[in-house]
Amino acid sequence: MDTLFLARTQFAFTSIFHFFFIPLTLGLSIFTAILETAYVKTGKEKYKQLTKFWGHLFLINFAVGVVTGIVMEFQFGMSWSEYARFVGDIFGVPLAIETLLAFFVESTFLGIWIFGWERLPKTLHAASIWIVAFGSTMSAFWILVANSFMQSPTGYTMAAGASRPELVDIMALIFNPHVWQQFPHVLAGGIVTAGFFVIGISAWHLMRKGTNRNGYETSLKFGAIFAFIGTVVVILAGHSQMQHLLKTQPMKVAAAEALWESENPASFSLFTIGDEEGLKDVFSIRVPKLLSFLAYNSFEGEVRGIKNLQKEYEVQYGPGNYMPSIVTSYWSFRVMAGAGTLMLLIALLALYKVIRESYTFSPVTGALLFWSILLPWLANSSGWLLAEMGRQPWLVFGLLKTENGLSPVSVVSRGEMMISLAVFVMLYAALAVTDFLLMKKYAVAGIESGE
Amino acid sequence: MDLQTLWFIIITFLFIGFFVLEGFDFGVGILLPFISRDDRQRRTIINTIGPFWDGNEVWLITATSGMFAAFPDWYATLFSALYLPVLIMLVALIFRGVAFEFRSKRDNPAWRSFWDWSIFGGSVVPALLWGIALANFIRGVPVDGSMHYTGGLLNLLNPYALLCGITATLIFTLHGAIFLTLKTTGVLHERAMEFAKKLWAPATLLCILFMAYTTIETDLFRHLGVNPGIIPVFSVLALISVIFLLQKNAAGWAFAMTSVAIAFSTITIFMGLYPRLLVSSLNPPWSLTIYNSSSSAYSLGLVSVVALVFLPIIIMYQGWSYWVFRQRVTGDSELEY
Repeated sequence: MDTLFLARTQFAFTSIFHFFFIPLTLGLSIFTAILETAYVKTGKEKYKQLTKFWGHLFLINFAVGVVTGIVMEFQFGMSWSEYARFVGDIFGVPLAIETLLAFFVESTFLGIWIFGWERLPKTLHAASIWIVAFGSTMSAFWILVANSFMQSPTGYTMAAGASRPELVDIMALIFNPHVWQQFPHVLAGGIVTAGFFVIGISAWHLMRKGTNRNGYETSLKFGAIFAFIGTVVVILAGHSQMQHLLKTQPMKVAAAEALWESENPASFSLFTIGDEEGLKDVFSIRVPKLLSFLAYNSFEGEVRGIKNLQKEYEVQYGPGNYMPSIVTSYWSFRVMAGAGTLMLLIALLALYKVIRESYTFSPVTGALLFWSILLPWLANSSGWLLAEMGRQPWLVFGLLKTENGLSPVSVVSRGEMMISLAVFVMLYAALAVTDFLLMKKYAVAGIESGE
Repeated sequence: MDLQTLWFIIITFLFIGFFVLEGFDFGVGILLPFISRDDRQRRTIINTIGPFWDGNEVWLITATSGMFAAFPDWYATLFSALYLPVLIMLVALIFRGVAFEFRSKRDNPAWRSFWDWSIFGGSVVPALLWGIALANFIRGVPVDGSMHYTGGLLNLLNPYALLCGITATLIFTLHGAIFLTLKTTGVLHERAMEFAKKLWAPATLLCILFMAYTTIETDLFRHLGVNPGIIPVFSVLALISVIFLLQKNAAGWAFAMTSVAIAFSTITIFMGLYPRLLVSSLNPPWSLTIYNSSSSAYSLGLVSVVALVFLPIIIMYQGWSYWVFRQRVTGDSELEY
């Protein structure tokens, strides 16, 4: 294991782990805010209990999201110092704006919300959780502005012989089309995550036929709406993003589809076992013309293949390997899209139940609704895996390769990298187990009735 | 004034915010195991900083992201050089951050004790490490001509830096003890007062010792970017005044004075550094300065506007949050954590 591999593993591990918690923070903050608004508007005690119940789970999740986020803020300098030098002029800007505009707001008003139940008028208290939700959303936005620069750089200039690109147009950075593909996708992903989280826990309680049925029914109602709207938006945004990537990162699409040669019209792979060394299929089930249709909304149109793109990039950027890991890209895309399709079906099922007001489930329906909790996590993680792995070998597309972003080995040794990776793996594993058990404890304990 | 200098001032300001605000909640965290007698008292102590600690920590995060945006080379050189210390700080902050949320979620005494000690460790370790880091900024670290650190971990752990680490930790603890006297009643209030009075002498003595050591160990008072003049003297005088204010039961003023002492010490160090960011102990011209490490004028100007517009707003709403929770936390209040 060389230092580059260790640093990449550490970054992937810490960022995916961080993103276990972020979507739920995004979605559940909005969900909790809606419930508290219902409490303020109607004055019904039920909504206060629901706010406290889901708010508790929100906080247990939030804590780990925050502390793992702090790690990200330092890690660019620690393990990727040459990357930090190279992109600081551009990438640092949205990060700084994020802390000033979003992180401060989120943390300060969360403290006010947690401790302010008795101190603030109801409306102000409800407003503070809305501000937290707004802060989290803004935070996600600015991080995606930064990430989009790595995917598809805009708004910069790089003089011949210069050591780094420099920002020349902040509007081009913010209105990078990639941002506006990614942001709705990620935000809707958060809504979906919260939706299924609420559906799963509510369904579990409804199956148990305990007290407070009405509270869980209301939760399920809100959760089903969240999950349905979120899933529809996430799929549409994802589809649109894929079409956009065809123009900006065609290699990522080709890898996600395991499309070796350019095809017109292009077929869509349902299941492929490929030979990554020989760049060919071992076994493949394909639907003719479907990929062209997905790409261009028409059964005509060329989708460029991996081998062709490799040749084009060699001409453009010089000799080298411009192919990401095909296996990772292909399967992460399939897991994400598969989970998305399943979620749409289950969201429809939940919505159907809610509209029919039938809250007694058969064991199969109950199990389906409960276990659907896991689907968003599967989709979120595999989606990021595709976004980041599919960008390889680039760290900043077309400008900097991953291997050139690493801190020099003379500064951060392989031993130090191994220590930090081991520390993060052990610490995060312990955090995950602890957080999960606490979540479970409070989810099982259920809504507290009467005070 | 050029944009680089403006950003140097903004980052100094962000560090002052971090040290003054997170300083007292580090102090409260450090005192937690020693000042309390039972679980109810521990919860009361934690609740004095409960609404604030997270917002206070963002001052550090913002300082860091400001370094990244304004002086990328500083950010890159510093955090790769301090790889293991930063890792330790992150681990400490992780334990501390989740401890506030986790500790009261189970009744088991061993569970609570574990997280209480996490809060202690998570407070003392970053305080110590930032003291050590700051001293090394001005003492100089082995940085070569291409802005890469050539030293090891042991270069950072010199007596001078360790003295700074211990001094900073003691001053934060004093600062936290005084904060506790302001936010508690009864027995806790009295005990916090006792601790504050006991901590005053060693904290003040070490601070003076550190200033003296600084004149020997660094070029801070000889080779000056900007002469800090009587600012360090004010810092020491503010610290000396604390004991008299405490004896007169003017804890509010004492807290103001520890805040002044912390702020002025930070200003002294940064003024001494200016225009350097990280002094090279190998060859002075290899030092990182605000000019050889900065972003372009466009980026600097842009983040300047954002910072100058939003920092006053941040100060306003954070100030408001302190006003909302201005009452003392008593054992009778509803204890959320």
